[in-house]
Amino acid sequence: MEQILTICVYCGCGCGVYLGKENGRVVASSPSRNHPISQGNLCVKGWHLHEFIHHPERLTTPLLRKDNKLVPVGWDEALDYTARRLSEIRDSNGPDALGLLSSAKCSNEENYLLQKFSRAVLGTNNIDHCARL
Amino acid sequence: MAGLATAFGSGAMTNSINELEDVDVVIVSGSNTTEAHPQIARRILAAVDRGAKLIVIDPRRTALAQEAHVHLALRPGTDIALLNGMMRIILDEGLADDHFIEMRTENFIALRDQLFKIDLDEIAAITGVDRQLMHTAACLYARAYKSTFCYCLGITQHICGTNNVQTIANMAMLTGNVEKENAGVDPLRGQNNVQGACDMAALPACLPGYQSLADMQIRQKFKQCWGVDVPLTPGRTVLDMTHSGHNGTLRGMFVMGENPILSDPDQTKVQATLEGLDFLAVSDIFLTETAQLAHVVFPAASFAEKSGTVTNSERRVQYMHQVIEPIGECKPDSTIIAELAERMGYEMYYESMAEVMEEIALLIPIYGGMHHDRLRSSWGLQWPCPNRDHPGTPFLHKHYFSGGKGHFTPAQHQEPFEPPGDAFPLTLITGRIYHHYHTGTMTRRCASLNRESDKALLQINPVDATTSAIRNGDLVELTSRRGTIRLWAQISEDIRPGQVYTTFHFSEAPVNLLTTGAADPIAKCPEFKVCAVKVARVES
Ligand code: SF4
Repeated sequence: MEQILTICVYCGCGCGVYLGKENGRVVASSPSRNHPISQGNLCVKGWHLHEFIHHPERLTTPLLRKDNKLVPVGWDEALDYTARRLSEIRDSNGPDALGLLSSAKCSNEENYLLQKFSRAVLGTNNIDHCARL
Repeated sequence: MAGLATAFGSGAMTNSINELEDVDVVIVSGSNTTEAHPQIARRILAAVDRGAKLIVIDPRRTALAQEAHVHLALRPGTDIALLNGMMRIILDEGLADDHFIEMRTENFIALRDQLFKIDLDEIAAITGVDRQLMHTAACLYARAYKSTFCYCLGITQHICGTNNVQTIANMAMLTGNVEKENAGVDPLRGQNNVQGACDMAALPACLPGYQSLADMQIRQKFKQCWGVDVPLTPGRTVLDMTHSGHNGTLRGMFVMGENPILSDPDQTKVQATLEGLDFLAVSDIFLTETAQLAHVVFPAASFAEKSGTVTNSERRVQYMHQVIEPIGECKPDSTIIAELAERMGYEMYYESMAEVMEEIALLIPIYGGMHHDRLRSSWGLQWPCPNRDHPGTPFLHKHYFSGGKGHFTPAQHQEPFEPPGDAFPLTLITGRIYHHYHTGTMTRRCASLNRESDKALLQINPVDATTSAIRNGDLVELTSRRGTIRLWAQISEDIRPGQVYTTFHFSEAPVNLLTTGAADPIAKCPEFKVCAVKVARVES
């Protein structure tokens, strides 16, 4: 089993966790012994970190609402539609009619990119995340 | 973390997690630490084993409170009154650090004048905490050389959250318990990258790295890098968006990895707002309650399917390796954003996440030395880390506050927005439990975690249970002015009479149907922790 180091996605402690990979699937989680926070320890959430990755309810294709139902579509259709709707609202109601919520579960790079998208592409400071929640 | 930023010029944990092992006295407030931050609780208990004194401020007798030398079981929402009382005692006992106040802080006179007006008997009446106990705690904290104050959601999730945090900062400065190793003020972050999301300015009122939206030089720097002018007016906070109403001025939203239907207070209002939008796009790994309302849903890659960095509570920026290829047709959020930008006529192509980090290092001074190659070959680096040769900063404010001098801002007790009364006689407190996390999107899908804890429980004191003829394990209905949910009664002495407690992990019992939308005017932190409710047994 190949062991790859990552960081636990749950609380703000930021424990170092090794994910065990077998046949392209993540099958185990174990603590990093030398990591300054985990020091060979994890809490129960960390020990089960891998369990939701291959959950059958994972979304695997883009969905688009048609006749009031979400139906699977290709990436291009979903992205084209989204870009068009965001542009339309920006053009007719102004950029501040749009709002973005980012996530405390996403990486720094993703948070950086989303706020850049908000400020540079859409032209609004209407971006927040749930730090306060 | 507006309060801490006003006082110290920076809103992060001042110390490192491991420093907690060497404190002399630690106060833990509003944090159910053993359940919400297990590793931090471990350090605190190690310190206690070594002889440190532990003071817990919490209305409930939490697991940590049971280990405490002093447990101040205050009435919910009275933190400021309690801390003001303790500061008055510190002044009266001559335990203030005059030298530190003189050299390192400003505006002390305002605080002192306010404290001298306080009547300690009145404080005892407001908080429900015995004067003698308050005295013991205040003296323990002020006499020790290395005292640390840890706080969590319990403190920031009140309508006076910002003032609460300022009051904590006041107490630390009054006793000189900042600017040194093993002593400081440590806000514990609830989610793995709250710190990073703030640092990157997924925030409406500042630019990345807490840089000013209005400063001409900073605006120029961003314009050079991004090629466009940054909008000047501060944006809407999360609640200004999700509570803006069915046909409000907000017409379209893009939600990345969040589930406001469950996480935001006053669910009915949030749902009405989202349903009234002309367009809603959601990117997530599961079809969350929010995604179900969307026009477009993007399947996002999970943390194991992409690389990137996250920043923990102690400001440690750490690299996460990609473990497997994205499942199905999933794509990382970074790709989704770049593809949308491109379709809207803005080039946002990056070779790799390392290249995004280079741009971050260029624009954010405290991340100036954060490069992927450095982060991959170490256990991460703690900001501020201004350049490639900088080793990172384990504790902040070493001989200087980042904002110049520490600033005292006196604060006064404010009654909670919705005090209990005749129709709704109980105070509801909400929090998290050990086995689950936030809205449960991920943890509820972990078989082993769900086995440990698969039902929403309502902790209730035997006195209140008897009054309402509720037995342990009964199905009960909990009602506030905004809605009703059903959950199971757990009779416990850990909660005081007049209060009930539950968690917000369960979509079957969405606590935020009950909570209020009243928000702290400065930090816009909704009042989750306190709302008035009544309880009744469901007849079978
Ligand atoms: S393993 Fe537990 S303590 Fe460590 S980061 Fe994950 S949730 Fe937090």
